[in-house]
Amino acid sequence: MGKPKLLITRRLPEAVEARAAATYDAVFNRDDTPTTPAGIVAAAAGMDAILCCTSDRLDAGVIAGLPGSVKVISTFSVGTDHIDFAACAARGIPVCNTPDVLTEATAELTMLLILAAARRAGEGERMVRAGAWSGWAPTQLMGAQVSGKRLGIFGMGRIGQSVARMARGFRMEVHYRNRSRLPAELEAGAVYHDDDARFLAVCDVLSLNAPGGAGTLAWLNAARIAMLPRGAIVANAARGTLVDDAALIAALKSGHVAYAGLDVFKGEPALDPGYLGLENAVLLPHLGSATTETRDAMGHLALDGIDAVLAGRVPGNLVG
Amino acid sequence: MKPRLIVSRQMPQAVGERIRAEFDCPVPDGEDLDVATTLRLLAETQADALLFTSHLKLTAAVIAALPAHVRVAATCSVGFDHIDLAAAKARGLPVTNTPEVLNECTADLAFMLLLNACRRGSEYEAVMRRGWRQGMGMGEMLGVRAWGKTLGILGMGGIGRAMAARARGFGMKIVYCNRNRLAPELELGALYYSDFEEMLPHCDFLSLHAPSGPATAGIMNARTFGLMKQGAVFVNAARGALVEEDALIAALRSGQLFAAGLDVFHNEPAYDLRFVELPNVFLTPHMGSATVETRNAMGFRALDNIQAVLAGRSAIDPLWS
Repeated sequence: MGKPKLLITRRLPEAVEARAAATYDAVFNRDDTPTTPAGIVAAAAGMDAILCCTSDRLDAGVIAGLPGSVKVISTFSVGTDHIDFAACAARGIPVCNTPDVLTEATAELTMLLILAAARRAGEGERMVRAGAWSGWAPTQLMGAQVSGKRLGIFGMGRIGQSVARMARGFRMEVHYRNRSRLPAELEAGAVYHDDDARFLAVCDVLSLNAPGGAGTLAWLNAARIAMLPRGAIVANAARGTLVDDAALIAALKSGHVAYAGLDVFKGEPALDPGYLGLENAVLLPHLGSATTETRDAMGHLALDGIDAVLAGRVPGNLVG
Repeated sequence: MKPRLIVSRQMPQAVGERIRAEFDCPVPDGEDLDVATTLRLLAETQADALLFTSHLKLTAAVIAALPAHVRVAATCSVGFDHIDLAAAKARGLPVTNTPEVLNECTADLAFMLLLNACRRGSEYEAVMRRGWRQGMGMGEMLGVRAWGKTLGILGMGGIGRAMAARARGFGMKIVYCNRNRLAPELELGALYYSDFEEMLPHCDFLSLHAPSGPATAGIMNARTFGLMKQGAVFVNAARGALVEEDALIAALRSGQLFAAGLDVFHNEPAYDLRFVELPNVFLTPHMGSATVETRNAMGFRALDNIQAVLAGRSAIDPLWS
């Protein structure tokens, strides 16, 4: 019996593609050409499994159009907004994702954003790159101290908790806002807030680590920004939709928010052009999980899910 | 009557306010004075004290030219390469620096450099400033995860230990090399190597926190970079003199180092412009202590030293004894 057939919609890390080639009759997208819904349906002919990415649209039409041979869809991501679950359920196609393996990489990127924003790293880097450094001065590029400050984490899931652990090494006092209070052993001394105003008032540094979706849409708006202490630092390595960009840009211009570090944006891979000229914003292109270790782990977990379903087992990373 | 002070360099606002309150000083916030102007103002104002930074070289000749009424010179810095301590001692002039107050701040910056080097911060920020608009493949432009790696620290003083504390929150294993092994309550499980070269092959990351001097000059060279793991990440927020920059640039080009984060350079501010051509470095202009909080604390510490000496007490941070 031949190997099962696997469609991999986009280019994946080398180690992941090597494993897929070893265990499957795999079809790759070596040029990493963006897919279309019709293209996915056509490419799925005869496939036992699909390994997709967030850039693919697996809407109800695509799912309905998949051939009967497709027994599992696994996405190379934690997020699953690009997949129509109801349509998958109607077809009886299980869906797997890659939770947990990017917790630490995303948390450390959050700390990078906080530190780089507060310490004016972008400005310093551009100055040195331009050959424009004229010498040390006691008042040159003075930023804000991170160590010892109060850090407020909005969304205390796994990534938020990991950010808290990292922040403690910087002697930060950790506060958090979450739907519910964590048990003491997970809270680890962090102060729980059940109210936005009281939470935001203590955030020298605010880190957004909540999921996207309707419940958090534009959560950080002008009214909530106004509740932050003047000169606060804002970091977002979660979802661009959490932020009202116009309000944050206005606050960065007025100085109410002194510095921001942003890895995610509404409308990626575009961003509000209002950010581009701001020296007090550190901007990164959604690279929370962009390490070799993490991307390999994501790919292996996505393949584990496919392996399990095709072997008749229930995968550990089944969604829903 | 307030003591008379000359400030040879622009100071943070809060420091200027304190100078205004406690001293008779023509320019309490400072302006950038050269040696000749500094000497002239010290004489003209019958100054009791001098507050300066590394831009003013306190050479033997300058120290000899100081008017006799100058009773203390305080540098607003930790480093004192710019001061001829032997000449100061020969003259009996107390000279002070501002240690300790910048430990946390400098460790924050060193850790920022480590993360930016690992995660390719410079390359990615440049992509963004061009407006982004390009998707990136899942296997493209990947960085190195910092979490869980082994960090080597050269120089386990206050800044080195603060660096270790930060790294522990990232699940890192700490190894260190220092003149002496630390007591267990300071070591906190870090693994001691008396031999620097023995430590290097164990390091995924290496961060320098040692002072410059004959024992450490060029300690990072072709040989020592070669002893590190292939693809290691290197951070220097200590002193440029610790590194042979030809060897560093070669290691960055060959891939022996995955990346580096550099806040200090051999020649400052005339640093080697070959660095700006390298994508895999994150470069900052000697800003380890550059926060409002720390620069204020440094200025206050320098003023505390001046006040102590002028009051007839010992300096808090004397540079010679």
